[in-house]
Amino acid sequence: MAVTVRIPTPLQRLTNGQGEVQCTGSTVNDLLADLEKRHPGVKERICDESGKLRRFVNVFVNEEDIRFLQGDQTAVKDGDEVSIIPAIAGGMA
Amino acid sequence: MSYMIGLKCRECGRAYPKEVIFVCEYCFGSIEVDYDYDAIRRVLTKEAIARRPESLWRYRELLPIEGDPAVGLSSGFTPFFRSERLAERLGVEELYIKDDSVSHPTLSFKDRVVSIALTRAKEFGFDTVACASTGNLANSVAALSARAGFHRYIFIPSDLEMGKIIGSLIYRPTLVAVEGTYDDVNRLCAEIGSKYPWAFVNINIRPYYAEGSKTYGYEVLEQLGWRAPQHIVVPCAGGSLITKINKAIKEFKLLGLIDPDAHVKLYASQATGCAPIVNTIKERSDIVKPVKPNTIAKSLAIGNPADGYYATKTALESGGWGESVSDEEIIDAMRLLAETEGVFTETAGGVTLAVAKKLIEQGVIPRDESIVVCITGNGLKTQEPLLSRLGKPVRIKPTLASFESTLGEQLAGVPTKRRA
Repeated sequence: MAVTVRIPTPLQRLTNGQGEVQCTGSTVNDLLADLEKRHPGVKERICDESGKLRRFVNVFVNEEDIRFLQGDQTAVKDGDEVSIIPAIAGGMA
Repeated sequence: MSYMIGLKCRECGRAYPKEVIFVCEYCFGSIEVDYDYDAIRRVLTKEAIARRPESLWRYRELLPIEGDPAVGLSSGFTPFFRSERLAERLGVEELYIKDDSVSHPTLSFKDRVVSIALTRAKEFGFDTVACASTGNLANSVAALSARAGFHRYIFIPSDLEMGKIIGSLIYRPTLVAVEGTYDDVNRLCAEIGSKYPWAFVNINIRPYYAEGSKTYGYEVLEQLGWRAPQHIVVPCAGGSLITKINKAIKEFKLLGLIDPDAHVKLYASQATGCAPIVNTIKERSDIVKPVKPNTIAKSLAIGNPADGYYATKTALESGGWGESVSDEEIIDAMRLLAETEGVFTETAGGVTLAVAKKLIEQGVIPRDESIVVCITGNGLKTQEPLLSRLGKPVRIKPTLASFESTLGEQLAGVPTKRRA
């Protein structure tokens, strides 16, 4: 068991075209570190130079925006689903 | 003939071909269409525009399509008029209403963006279109894509007003009501969109779609006599419209169609129950904190606005501001607009007018300067919050006696013969 991470289209080139990958870690931050280990290059695309998530990237744990949880310190466990989604996807007027 | 050069990232400036790209692969910044303005300047004059049919396509050199317009040929060029009675009630000298509540075909400004998006979707060869919507976009995609012959999947939050549900179902799309907020619908659609090869108008073809909102701005400038107003009050949901009105003003200045020194202040309007953009403006921050929406203005109920950052920047850099209003203030403003100007707008229009009123009362918008209030949707679609608030018609028997006895006092002193 591990955490399922959904990869947005612009990053799928770094995951051999896979839209979902498995990672392990106890927080979102750990998970991103593990994702980087398995698919080098992903982290610098979703995080800025200081390691913080970029302004235009939203991360959801089990469908909840992590900004409503504990940000990148949000806990994750086996079986959870994490989505990485470009902020620009949607919303209008 | 197209004047579209390509796409470019608004953040890092990286250039992309004019394909189906909606987010910068490197920094996740938003993608914008880039035009050959020098070439446009040579052909797009006031005279040329004025000779064309009254639709949004009269500005086509500034719109991101390759061939001829294919969808929404009757959309745009909605009424724009100077308000007298409302101006008097608000105590201002020069007030205008831009009225997209009567947009063809679905009574909201979304017909503008969808006309562009579907024309572009045809050019790309898509056979299926989709969208995530708070209702108005759903109606517009459902209607315009029916006529254009697309397969349609339309995703909405499950708690929308009946008018917006019926206003989609009648066109027979596959209407999917998602149990959740718009933000849930939107996240889901981003995931569906990366799996199915559909044109999600506000996701993967968003750079083209969003440009349609510029036509609202162009029309304000043209209809005001090729000049810019000093203040424009704009409703904000995802935050795109205010940025595109700003882009419209910049482009018209660049092309010499309006005074290049004109200074327009833009104001963001939201409901207090969902005001992530206005909150950010008031904090003068550049970090938009998402919220969980709770307001009757469902078409503006986006807690995690895609263009929130840019909307905030646009309002602040223009010298404008943002304000939010309660559900009661929204209803009062809907009634005020109807009883003074004869325009029945939806809750979002109530938000915009109520915010304009508040900013005028606060002295933020001066009473002696020109003001435009952006009305973007129709009240027939959002009747629920009005049901218990408008009273009832006077009920009588079909007799003259019943009429006169029921209206008794009201008729006292009313002449019974027309004066010669």
